[in-house]
Amino acid sequence: MSNNYFEILRAGINTTFQDKGRNNLYHIGIPFSGAMDNRNYLLANKLVGNKLDLPVIEFAYQGPLLKYNGDKINIAITGDVIFELKKKDNKIQGNCYESYQLENGDEIDILSTNKSVYGYLSISGEYNVKLQWGSCSINTKANIGSNNGKKFDNGQKINISKINLNQEKKKTNYLNSKVENIRVIKGTNFDYFSEDGKKIFFEKEFIVSKLSDRMGMRLEGPKIENIVNTNIKSEGLLKGVIQVPTDGNPIIMLSDHGTIGGYPKIGVVISADYDRLVQISPGSKIKFKEIELSDAETLFKLYEMETQNLISQI
Amino acid sequence: MKNISNLGDAALYCDFGIEVNKKINSEVIKYFKAIKEKNIQGINNLTPSYNKLIISYDLRITNFKELKDKIEKLDIKKTEKVINKKLEIPVCCDDSFSLDIERVKKKLNLTRDQILGNFFNKEYFCYMTGFIAGMPFLGDLDKNMRVQRLETPRIKVPKGSVGITEQFADIYTFESPGGWNIIGNTPLEVFDSSKEKDPNLINSGDTVIFKQITLEEYKNYNEQ
Repeated sequence: MSNNYFEILRAGINTTFQDKGRNNLYHIGIPFSGAMDNRNYLLANKLVGNKLDLPVIEFAYQGPLLKYNGDKINIAITGDVIFELKKKDNKIQGNCYESYQLENGDEIDILSTNKSVYGYLSISGEYNVKLQWGSCSINTKANIGSNNGKKFDNGQKINISKINLNQEKKKTNYLNSKVENIRVIKGTNFDYFSEDGKKIFFEKEFIVSKLSDRMGMRLEGPKIENIVNTNIKSEGLLKGVIQVPTDGNPIIMLSDHGTIGGYPKIGVVISADYDRLVQISPGSKIKFKEIELSDAETLFKLYEMETQNLISQI
Repeated sequence: MKNISNLGDAALYCDFGIEVNKKINSEVIKYFKAIKEKNIQGINNLTPSYNKLIISYDLRITNFKELKDKIEKLDIKKTEKVINKKLEIPVCCDDSFSLDIERVKKKLNLTRDQILGNFFNKEYFCYMTGFIAGMPFLGDLDKNMRVQRLETPRIKVPKGSVGITEQFADIYTFESPGGWNIIGNTPLEVFDSSKEKDPNLINSGDTVIFKQITLEEYKNYNEQ
């Protein structure tokens, strides 16, 4: 048994292990999963001196309250997150993108994400996780991944199998930009929608519904009218695909999405905007902007360069 | 294959036609298996369905134009013929399992015996698996057996449920939301995530025959 562990005093709303996700399993019905906001996942690992693809704890909205038991360890939190560290007699307001050392008995209280959805907690070491298809990522719908595929619960222990010897303090400045505009490439069923429907999709604002989770983001607002057929023959889905079911309210597929579906696809969110998309919180506005494939490819190159740049600065 | 277009900036959308039939689907499966075998750099997922194949790729490694070229130049004919399995799936249609039998009777204007008589002891072809992990889409049901999905989907369909909709039957590999007409339940483990190499009992291209079992046989099934 491990002597270093977190005790979960409060689990939070949707607290899971995540990493880079699983590839090459769509054909048997298993989605990619993995950290929703990939850039913040990578930065979390870099801030504690880890290899970039190690498991981290992902939380949504309200995060966990954790009590640490064990040898000194560094932690870091990324995203736009409000948290406190409770050490013996004092309480510290924590800053994201800055590592902190925890000692036996210290507590981390992740109060909430600030007008965003996901945040990440990394440790300078490794969690004791079970890998399935090479990934620890917890998919709570299919019960796949570490922790028997379930989100963390109150009273559970999160065991740490290894602590790094090098625990240098690290810090960087990064501001998560809040966006409303999400860039989209037209989908394969774009012509299933009425001229008005197409106009509404690219010109009007939508509101992110409370019914959004790691599987999908549901939108509310003006209805998008379908003039051809509200059902197509079921076919493959990807994260970022925007389907419009019969009721005219778009649904964007996110990392734990069903692998096939039968609603017409009006558009696909470009890869460069995915991290920012998942951080748009329920109640917030979202607006789509049409973009061509070649521009989307260029924007992804820029996004990648920026990510690599941020990592190399830590 | 009819043509390849892009689905977003990180996937090829390969169109094999509009119809859903065994011939088109066999083409999809042939391409899927051939591409999988070739381990082309950058491809991170393949999703075969009735008449489409989606090839997703890592945009850091390749791009639409490059991968489209590669796929169009592939020599698919050289792929060896794959051996598909024939499977027998036990299904119990006790009232406690056949949640939608009354609805199906009404919609099809058939008796319970006629419905089950049409459903059992015939061969179904597995067109694809997915939606939820390991769920097989099996066809084709006889023309007089085709019914639309539920107007309001169930929030929880029990694990093992066998459902029908239009020309297809499916099996819920674990509890999940769903809108198919449930007529029975199988005690078989159709998806086993502990078997990483081969978690699916039924794969695209396999043939399935449903065999009716009694409630007693159902209860004893996993104790043998």
